[in-house]
Amino acid sequence: MDVQAWTYLIVGLTFALYIGIAIWSRAGSTKEFYVAGAGVPPLANGMATAADWMSAASFISMAGLISFMGYDGSIYLMGWTGGYVLLALLLAPYLRKFGKFTVPDFVGDRYYSNAARTVAVICAIFVSFTYVAGQMRGVGVVFSRFLEVPINIGILIGMGIVFFYAVLGGMKGITYTQVAQYCVLIFAYMVPAIFISMMVAGTPLPQQGFGSMLTEAYGSGFLLDKLDGLHRELGFTAYTDGSKPMIDVFFITFALMVGTAGLPHVIVRFFTVPKVRDARVSAGWALVFIALLYTTAPAVAAFARYNLINTVSNTQYAELPSWFKTWEGTGLIAWVDKNDDGAVQYVNGKAFAGKPAFIDERGAHDQRLISNEPTDNANELYIDRDIMVLANPEIADLPPWVIALVAAGGLAAALSTAAGLLLVISTSVAHDLIKKQINPDLTEKSEVLIARIAVACAVLVAGYFGINPPGFVAQVVAFAFGLAASSFFPVIIMGIFYKKMNKEGAIAGMLTGIGFTAAYIIYFKFINPAANNADNWFLGISPEGIGTVGMLINFAVSFIVAKITPAPPEDIQELVDSLRYPKGAGDAAMH
Amino acid sequence: MEKGKLQEYWATNLKYLLGLLVVWFVVSYGFGILLAEPLNAIRFPEWTGGGGFKLGFWFAQQGSIYVFVLLIFVYVSLMNRLDKKYDVHED
Repeated sequence: MDVQAWTYLIVGLTFALYIGIAIWSRAGSTKEFYVAGAGVPPLANGMATAADWMSAASFISMAGLISFMGYDGSIYLMGWTGGYVLLALLLAPYLRKFGKFTVPDFVGDRYYSNAARTVAVICAIFVSFTYVAGQMRGVGVVFSRFLEVPINIGILIGMGIVFFYAVLGGMKGITYTQVAQYCVLIFAYMVPAIFISMMVAGTPLPQQGFGSMLTEAYGSGFLLDKLDGLHRELGFTAYTDGSKPMIDVFFITFALMVGTAGLPHVIVRFFTVPKVRDARVSAGWALVFIALLYTTAPAVAAFARYNLINTVSNTQYAELPSWFKTWEGTGLIAWVDKNDDGAVQYVNGKAFAGKPAFIDERGAHDQRLISNEPTDNANELYIDRDIMVLANPEIADLPPWVIALVAAGGLAAALSTAAGLLLVISTSVAHDLIKKQINPDLTEKSEVLIARIAVACAVLVAGYFGINPPGFVAQVVAFAFGLAASSFFPVIIMGIFYKKMNKEGAIAGMLTGIGFTAAYIIYFKFINPAANNADNWFLGISPEGIGTVGMLINFAVSFIVAKITPAPPEDIQELVDSLRYPKGAGDAAMH
Repeated sequence: MEKGKLQEYWATNLKYLLGLLVVWFVVSYGFGILLAEPLNAIRFPEWTGGGGFKLGFWFAQQGSIYVFVLLIFVYVSLMNRLDKKYDVHED
C-alpha cells in the first residue's frame, strides 16, 4: 500500500473511534456537559489534559522551531512544561475545592463582582478563539498534504468531527475522546522518533540519542558537536548556544509558564476530577504525558537538523531525494540558484524577503521558480519550519505506514485542542454570561441546550477563521499567553493566597495588567512593526515575554489598591479559608 | 476545624510550596538559563551514552522537565500525608 492508502486507512479508523466514543458518552446534565460530572479518574484526566494542551503547534511546529533555534528553543520546552508545576502547587487543588464550572465563576464569586466576572469572560473567549483558529488551520494543512484534498475541504471535515462529539458529548464526550487522541498522538510521535534515533544514534531512546555518538552510517563523533561544527561552518550560531539575549529568554520562558497555568481550557480540566487530591495528582500525570513528547521533541529537532543539513547542503538539485520535491510542490520549500551551479547552498541568512511567490515556470534544473527578489547573501534555500516533523519520516526514509501515522497524530493533536477550547467558549457564553448574568432562572435543560448551540456557533466561527485566516494569527499567539499571564494567573493566585485581596484590587490589577501587555504587543506587532527589535524594547524584552512584566504590574497594582480600599466581606474571607483544605470537596460542584 | 490547627496546616503547606518552587526556579531559570554558559563547560560522563550533552543545554532541554515531574509527585505525597495528619483529607 502507498502512503495515501495508509493515511486514509489510519485516519479513517481513528475518526471512527472518536465518533464511537462520542456516542457512548453523551452528556445529559449541565454538570456532565461542563465538567464531565466531576467523575473523571485522575490518570484519564491527565491524558485528556495532555491532549488538550498539546496542540497542532506542539505536535507539528515545535520540533521544527527548536530545530532552527537550537538552544533558544528551550523557551518552549521549559515554558510549556514548567507551568504545570505552578498549576499543581498553586492553582488546581484550590480551584477544585471551590468546585464550580469555570474560571470566570471563580473570579466572579471570589471577588463578589459581576464586573470582574465579565472581564474574565471576555479574556477567556478572546484567548480561546485566538488559539482555536490555529488548530483548524493545522487540520487543513495535514489534510491537504497527506490526503491531497484542498485545505478548505480538510477544515470542513475537521469541523464536522469536532461538531459531532463536542455538541453531543460536551465535556464528557471531549474528555474520553481526548484520552483516545492522546494515545494516537503520542504513538505517532514516538514511533518515527525511535526509528530515527536507532538509525542516527544507535539507541531506541531519543532522549539519550541526541547526546550520543553518531552511528557509522551517519558520521563520527557526538551528534551535538557535529551540529555545532556544521552551524559554525555555515555561519549560524552554534546549535547549543543561543542567539537571543538572556533577559529575553528568561522573560519569555516565564510568560509562557504563567500563561500556561492561566489558560482557561487547561484550568477547567481540573474541575472534572472527583477530589482535591485527584486534582493534584492528575496535574502530575498530565505533565508525565506531556513530558514524554516534550523531551522527545528536542531530539527530533536535532536529528532533523542534522539530516537536513547533510542532505541538502551543496547537493546538486537533480540528486535531491523525492521529499524535497514533494514539499517544494506544496510551496513550503523554495530554492533559488543564485550562483548558477545547480547545487543547494544553505547558509545563514534569508534567501529572499518574505514567503515564496511561485510563478508558473520551471528553471534550468526543473525547480519551481519564484518572483521574489533574491537577497545578496549566499543562502539559496527557503524552508518552512512547520514541515520538519511532517517531513521527518520521509527524510529518514521510514515505511509508508509511519508517515500515515504522523498525519493521524497531527490531526488528533489539533482536534483535541480545538474541542477543549470550543467548550470553554460555549461554557463562557451559556454559563457565565447567560445563566449567571442575564437569566438566572434558566432551567438546567435549557442551559445545556444553549451550551450546545454555543458550541455549534463557535465551531462555525473557528472554521471561518481557519478557512480565511486573519493575517495576524501568528502575532496574536503572543497575545493569548500574555493575556493569560497578566490577567488570570495573578488574580487567581491572590484570590487563594491573599485573603484580604478585594474586588477593587483585583479589577484594577487585571485592567492595568492587561492594558499594559496589550498596549505593548499591539504597538510592536501592529502599529509600528518596524520598531520591533531589541533596541526599542523595554529592558530588551520582546512582546512574547512582556506578559511577565504585565503580571508583575497586576500584582503590584492589586496589592496597593487593596491596601487603601475596604477589606472583602467576612463571608468571602471564610470562603478563602475553606479553599485551603481539601475536606468537603466531594459534591461541591452541585449548585 | 479549629482556626489554630488550620493555620498550622496552611503554614506547613506554604513551607512545602516555597521549598519546591525554589527547586523549580533553580533547575530551569538557574541551571537552564542564568548559569547555562558556565555549566556548558561540564559534560555528561561517556558511560551514560549522552556524552555529547553540555550540562547547561541539557538542563534547558531535558533536565528541568524531569525535575518538574518529580516536584509535582513529591508535593502530592507530602500533601497526602499532611492532609491525613490534620484530618482534612476527603472520605
